[in-house]
Amino acid sequence: MAEPSRWIRLHRTRAIAAKDLRVELRGRVLLNQVIPFSVLVLVLFGFAVDDDGIAQRVAPGLIWMATLFSLLVMVQRTFAVEAADGALDSLRVAGVDPTVIFWGKAMALAVQLAVLEIVLFAAAIVLFAPTLRVSGVALLAATWIVSTAGLALVGTLYGGLTAGIQGRETLLPLLVFPVVAPVLIGATRAVESGLGTTGAAVSEGWPWIGLLTVFGAAFAAGGTLAFGPLIDD
Amino acid sequence: MANAPAGGITPTHDTGTRATQVFGTLAALGVAWLCAFGLLFSPADRDQRESVRIMYVHVPSAWVAYLAFGVTAVASALYLLRSSHSLTWDRLAGASAEIGVLFMGVTLVTGMLWGRLSWGVFWTWDARLTSTAFLFVTFLGYLAVRRLGGTQHQRAKRSAVLAMLGVLEIPLVHFSVRLWRSLHQDATVARIEGDPDLDGLMLFSLFVGLIAFTLLYVWLVIHRQRALVLEDALEAHGLDAALVERRAEAALQGGGR
Amino acid sequence: MEDAGFVIGSYVVVFGGIAAYAATMISRARRLARRVPDADKPWT
Repeated sequence: MAEPSRWIRLHRTRAIAAKDLRVELRGRVLLNQVIPFSVLVLVLFGFAVDDDGIAQRVAPGLIWMATLFSLLVMVQRTFAVEAADGALDSLRVAGVDPTVIFWGKAMALAVQLAVLEIVLFAAAIVLFAPTLRVSGVALLAATWIVSTAGLALVGTLYGGLTAGIQGRETLLPLLVFPVVAPVLIGATRAVESGLGTTGAAVSEGWPWIGLLTVFGAAFAAGGTLAFGPLIDD
Repeated sequence: MANAPAGGITPTHDTGTRATQVFGTLAALGVAWLCAFGLLFSPADRDQRESVRIMYVHVPSAWVAYLAFGVTAVASALYLLRSSHSLTWDRLAGASAEIGVLFMGVTLVTGMLWGRLSWGVFWTWDARLTSTAFLFVTFLGYLAVRRLGGTQHQRAKRSAVLAMLGVLEIPLVHFSVRLWRSLHQDATVARIEGDPDLDGLMLFSLFVGLIAFTLLYVWLVIHRQRALVLEDALEAHGLDAALVERRAEAALQGGGR
Repeated sequence: MEDAGFVIGSYVVVFGGIAAYAATMISRARRLARRVPDADKPWT
């Protein structure tokens, strides 16, 4: 069997991630459209909540709700790019393993999500004024890493499922939102503990990191197994 | 009779057979029996009083919904794992999922009515309730994916993978809601503690309900599965017919010159 | 019976829902069955 070595597969994964990020750098869709949209969502939540005390209290949840809405937009964008000129098929014809495509795209999506979350977090600090505390920084950083990984993996997996199908714009949210509910619960509670917005101690946040890690690992395994059959016709 | 050939029309069979007649009759008898016991013969509960009667339809429909989704998951796994990739498994998965969504829908409605009477609220953020609602939404998505089009094997593979991912998702949702609620004890609603104490006749009524609903499920799944065979056959046949028509047209044009 | 509305309502929702589904599904199956030859029906 001429199975490519692990090294080559890793190299190809990075090449696909780099390709997706280069597409973003050239088009600046994230910077010019998705990030402004997500901050706008936060502002609109501020209007809806209409109470400084409550807004401060629910700020962690609002950050993650805005992230989820943006995730859908980003997943649609990353697969629209592929489906537009049959790029996904070309990659398959060129002999690229679907697992490699999955991980490459998930990595690129994770990088973009990570940037978006930093902006959203800063915007929430400015808009809703929750206080930062030094003891919570490690928890916030851990939440940031594991939730981003989980969301990127799920987004890529379901994006591949609906890629190139008519009506996917409306179907993707219905499929993705139930799946990412654990991330919304876990990441929100962890950020609450990190900031202390609900009076929670920092130590109460760490079990949620465990849950988010299990979630990420489950969909890493699920995506590795399922992505091939999904995009292979 | 109705099946006799007349004017060159060949007799056709619908999705009913002896088996569905038997299951259908037994299910109808079971449902009649259940209504009699649930509404008339069985006594009111000491704590829950008359509202306990909702249990006799709520618990069996929840059981059938879980059974149906379980069958969908197993049939999807069999489709993916068996080398034959038989569409029979795919159709069983699809038929069962649709019926599961129906029963899960009525379970949620009756559960809310029962909850209003025994807990005072229609909804509570309990792990079992929340993951059940997510199961319902996940399978609505599953049915939507089945309707996406493409070839029959594309449909089968896509939906089977989705069902497998659902198996991954639901425990995670269940566990995360449980962890969430356990950290927020103060928010749980005041409720009457414990399940109703079931005496002999109540237990028997519930048992009748479980049997009747399981028979109903089997009857519906057989019919639905056969209807899916018909849909697939018509789709394949429609494509063949269109091809034949197109070729005949092309031949006619070619011959005319 | 107290709470009769809730109790009767539950039974109506359950059996009404199932009956409505069964009626639409089976009548549609009958319509389809007329257009498909018996050779394509494995159960006949």
